[in-house]
Amino acid sequence: MAVRVEVGYREGVRDPRGERAVREARELVGIPLRSVRTSNVYTLDMDLPGDVLEKVASGPFSDPIIQQYAIDQPLVYDFDVLIEVGFKPGVTDNVGRSAGEAVSQILERPLTSEEGVYTSIQYIIDGDLSPEAAESLASQVLANELIHRWKIVHRDQFDPVRGINPEVPRVSIEGGGRVAEVDLDGGDEELMRISREGLLALSLDEMKAIQAYYCRDDVREMRKAVGLGDRGTDVEIEALAQTWSEHCKHKIFNALIRYREGDGEVETVDSLFRSCIVEATEVVRSRMGERDICLSVFKDNAGVIRFNDDYNLVFKVETHNSPSALDPYGGALTGIVGVNRDPFGTGLGANLLFNTDVFCFASPFHDEPLPPRILHPRRIYEGVVEGVEHGGNKSGIPTVNGAVVFDERFLGKPLVYCGTGGIMPREIQGHPSHEKKAQIGDRVVMVGGRIGKDGIHGATFSSEELHEGSPVSAVQIGDPITQKRMTDFLLRARDERLYNSITDNGAGGLSSSVGEMAEDTGGAELHLDLAPLKYSGLDPWEILISEAQERMTVAVPPENVTRFMELSRKMGVESTDLGRFTDSGYFHILYDGRTVGYLDMEFLHNGVPQMVLDALWEPPAVQEPAIDEPPDLGAVLLSLLSRLNICSKESIVRRYDHEVQGGSVVKPFTGFRDDGPSDAAVIRPILDSFEGVVVSNGIIPRYSDIDTYHMAACAVDEAMRNYVAVGGDPSWAAALDNFCWCDPVESEKTPDGPYKLAQLVRANRGLYDAVTAYGVPLISGKDSMKNDYIMGDVKISIPPTLLVSVIGRMDDVRAAVTMDLKRPGNLLYILGETSDELGGSEYYAHLGYIGRNVPKVAFAEARERYRRLHQAVEKGLIRSCHDCSDGGLAVALAEMAFAGGVGLKVDLARVPTEGGMRDDRILFSESASRLLVEVEPGKADEFEGVLTDTVWARIGVCTPEGALVVESDRGELFNLELGVLRDAWKTPLGEL
Amino acid sequence: MTGRPKAVVITGNGTNCEREAAEACRLGGFDAHIVHISDLLSGEVILDEFHFLNLTGGFLDGDDLGAAMVQANRLKYARVKGGRDRLAEQLDRFIQGGRPILGVCNGFQLMVKMGLLPALDGRSEQLATLTFNDSGRFEDRWVDLIVDRRSPCIFTRGIERLSLPVRHGEGKFVVADEAVMDRMESGNLLTVRYAHGDEPTMEYPLNPNGSMSAVAGICSPTGLLFGLMPHPEAYLHRVNHPRWTREDLPEEGAGVELFRNAYEYVRES
Repeated sequence: MAVRVEVGYREGVRDPRGERAVREARELVGIPLRSVRTSNVYTLDMDLPGDVLEKVASGPFSDPIIQQYAIDQPLVYDFDVLIEVGFKPGVTDNVGRSAGEAVSQILERPLTSEEGVYTSIQYIIDGDLSPEAAESLASQVLANELIHRWKIVHRDQFDPVRGINPEVPRVSIEGGGRVAEVDLDGGDEELMRISREGLLALSLDEMKAIQAYYCRDDVREMRKAVGLGDRGTDVEIEALAQTWSEHCKHKIFNALIRYREGDGEVETVDSLFRSCIVEATEVVRSRMGERDICLSVFKDNAGVIRFNDDYNLVFKVETHNSPSALDPYGGALTGIVGVNRDPFGTGLGANLLFNTDVFCFASPFHDEPLPPRILHPRRIYEGVVEGVEHGGNKSGIPTVNGAVVFDERFLGKPLVYCGTGGIMPREIQGHPSHEKKAQIGDRVVMVGGRIGKDGIHGATFSSEELHEGSPVSAVQIGDPITQKRMTDFLLRARDERLYNSITDNGAGGLSSSVGEMAEDTGGAELHLDLAPLKYSGLDPWEILISEAQERMTVAVPPENVTRFMELSRKMGVESTDLGRFTDSGYFHILYDGRTVGYLDMEFLHNGVPQMVLDALWEPPAVQEPAIDEPPDLGAVLLSLLSRLNICSKESIVRRYDHEVQGGSVVKPFTGFRDDGPSDAAVIRPILDSFEGVVVSNGIIPRYSDIDTYHMAACAVDEAMRNYVAVGGDPSWAAALDNFCWCDPVESEKTPDGPYKLAQLVRANRGLYDAVTAYGVPLISGKDSMKNDYIMGDVKISIPPTLLVSVIGRMDDVRAAVTMDLKRPGNLLYILGETSDELGGSEYYAHLGYIGRNVPKVAFAEARERYRRLHQAVEKGLIRSCHDCSDGGLAVALAEMAFAGGVGLKVDLARVPTEGGMRDDRILFSESASRLLVEVEPGKADEFEGVLTDTVWARIGVCTPEGALVVESDRGELFNLELGVLRDAWKTPLGEL
Repeated sequence: MTGRPKAVVITGNGTNCEREAAEACRLGGFDAHIVHISDLLSGEVILDEFHFLNLTGGFLDGDDLGAAMVQANRLKYARVKGGRDRLAEQLDRFIQGGRPILGVCNGFQLMVKMGLLPALDGRSEQLATLTFNDSGRFEDRWVDLIVDRRSPCIFTRGIERLSLPVRHGEGKFVVADEAVMDRMESGNLLTVRYAHGDEPTMEYPLNPNGSMSAVAGICSPTGLLFGLMPHPEAYLHRVNHPRWTREDLPEEGAGVELFRNAYEYVRES
């Protein structure tokens, strides 16, 4: 018999969760509420003696100083409407899990599989709400129908004696353990029906390849020998669909592309991945020669480079866009704890060192009607920010750097980039830590959480656009604490060298992790019935591809199994032996001793047919606008500072712990009031050493409207100039590429596929040219190719977006530089030329234009400039440095000045330009590779000496006046107080 | 005492400041050990071996039932393997032995919820709590603190002011009733407070959470148990300071002094 315990705040104690509900009701759905109080409700599905129940309620469930509780009766009677929100059956309930653990501590025994604790939140509302308004409050503000259930009780419906009946959202599924055969004996239409209805996301060519496989005589013979029929099982088809998914196989990046520019010749590109990305890295590495910093590129879950003689750095950035569109909180939380497992599952496993997050949203102030199934961007914003906050903070990993980009086209799908860096000892007991290999005979051991229906078809779901039938089961909610316990344990197991290989269970679950590790030995035998489940009733194919979180798969030599299991038990982590790695040549999947899948390893991993796609580049018909120079350029600057892409993101960033682990050196905010925007992060990973890790990002999707070649080149440049601005060594840097595209495959839904594919080709070429010119190897990356929303006639495609994330080092963090001006009397320099390049700029966007003159990177000059700048940093010649990016020179000047609380007087006539540029163009052009540098007068000569033969100019001086004064040969253009500039920059998102 | 005194930093179930806390102990003079709670529960390590105990920051059990609630419950009930004693008894022995304990952030929350602080009459029922910030949010920002020079706290001896980061969502200090606050105040147990200049402040964000009486940290009447929300282990070197590139700061971070004071105390006692 289930019992309810309600826990609420005592009179007079503030309830921030209730206050937030009032605010969001007003802002999201325009419903005014007088007040909202909240209670936590624990539904205990178990029989507990009264005294134990009392102990539980008064102890771990409530805080006696501020809370009160009621057992099996209502705590609150007086309200207009009560809305109780709980989880749907099977959705991860982290608080419920902890509550169950607390009960088991008191009972001094584990809970049985029949027992459990489920949580919900009661919103006790004082306000006049019609039934319809209450429903929309519940569905659009307090709950998300994909994961929550809710109950609305109006005052007159409430039974004050019994209160609300306990309801237990226990999963109950009949059956389980079923295996079906899939009949592929049909024509094209039949094959596509199977793919579509099964959410397999396989193309006709791929379905045909699978059909052909099952017709092969040798295949039929081998199958017969293990007791399987001629038809494939659902287990096998699902494993193939997962392994061959766009998400896992990157089919577009590996496609054969016939690329043509206008009426030009057709060029054949055989795999963008190999010809642009891998090739770029090979070129850079061969040039680096003995100074090559790369250790493991493209082959593992993350890239690995050298840090020093004792340690390696590991870095990976992932996206979690589709789940975040449906459930922003859970999607983003899962995104961050998911990407944590990438460095953790690289080589023998890394200690996690930092997170970096980049979000692309539509405006949170969007006020147009929304297409169906799209959440308001404000909800996406809040949910994603909070999900990443919980994921990062609770995992104890500092979020050191990031960006937020706004564009209305991210309404269809937000982009949620989550990155994690790690560090590992160069060797572990004499074994190079970046190498791993499962050995024949090693046990397949799954560690961490249990398997449920969560995240089934995640890999295939993210390989499609968001549509009517997008599966709700694809949503998961991460559990940072279960993961933290697991990583605490596995790091110890790593240091004892108890396993030979490790990888994470992310997209594709066991199918992916075991399938991939089995490539080391040439086969595996996997017993799905041994896998620990959250609840019974799963079929074998579901166990195989479930993306239930917080799980790693490790290859443990038989002689280490006892020790591994003992340590696991001791540290409170579940580990299960599921089979062994073999050299049979087959992925052999069993259930209750019966073969349910038997797939040829070669076919599984290499059988997917290469896509053949057409790409056609025709430059978009964009023109430079004819605009008069605005009379008040100061007013324009203030408007730009308040634009969403430029303004302060402090209200988000402060919510992320950026200092845990003790290595923080250059923080996200800097300056005399700790509010100036840093260009990049510097951390000190080893607390008794001054060697530093530098992390930066570059992302500029607006330029894709003109030419993705320059978009990509500028993204690399932005990441590198941010990196060198804080003191990063440009000769010791590596990059990750992370493409988020709209579907570039021509089809009925996507008639402009060839153009979008041409954009992809051009972006890859821009990326190749930039990283090879800068000598920065790409070490890992990711692509997400289906960022479209299609519902009825409405299609929203994101602008093609490339995030470039750079990691590298500096020899001594004490030489790091921040962007805030330091002292009146110091001199201000600009490095680099300013050209008439306002295409895609924030200035043009502010005026309602796109333009044509997109910034173009002069790679050789930029590379040399960054090298010189770094020399100046190392010599200690620089007091502050800031890059010019969104909003151009003017915005960078303003940010440096108000961050430092130091005035600035600047003469535009001194700025090196291509000649004859108007003042507004000099101020707001976004020409690449430019940096502003503050130097003490006594060091000016030496600094200028370092810059010999590069483009630079002394353009101004720091003043004690507390204002930014800009003049040109026309006289003074504007004179703005620092406080006014700061307010313009800090206000727009300040209250969110 | 032979050899360097030993400090222990307990980790596991979601603590995450153990590395820098251990480094802080080392800089303070201790031989520092990071010990996973499973090693204590298995009986392989016992607290009696150590001279200084650190309950450090993190998100114990995700703070799922409120900050540190599950760990407080765990320490109350968990038996050390072999059934010799409960962990809580080892802890009591540690305190009765006159050894110092420092709780930072989540560790402070844990101490308060276990009744280890303010411990007006020794370990007791819970008398105070730390709850959600008035802002309703987790925030990471640096704050200025003033130290009560009259406080018996052994950690803050010789320190008048401190700049340290806060990084929490549940840091608002609240007491059960006026009488508790009065006793703490008269005993000079409100060791560190959020300050604006030389005065305690209720002004946000200088007082980042709305704590009663601007309390940032409190100690026991013995001065040996000390808990605070700001993170001294996050300021071990001047490069940790948010304004180190513009201000003249000593090489050593101000947080180290608290650990050195603990070391001096242990060495002398």
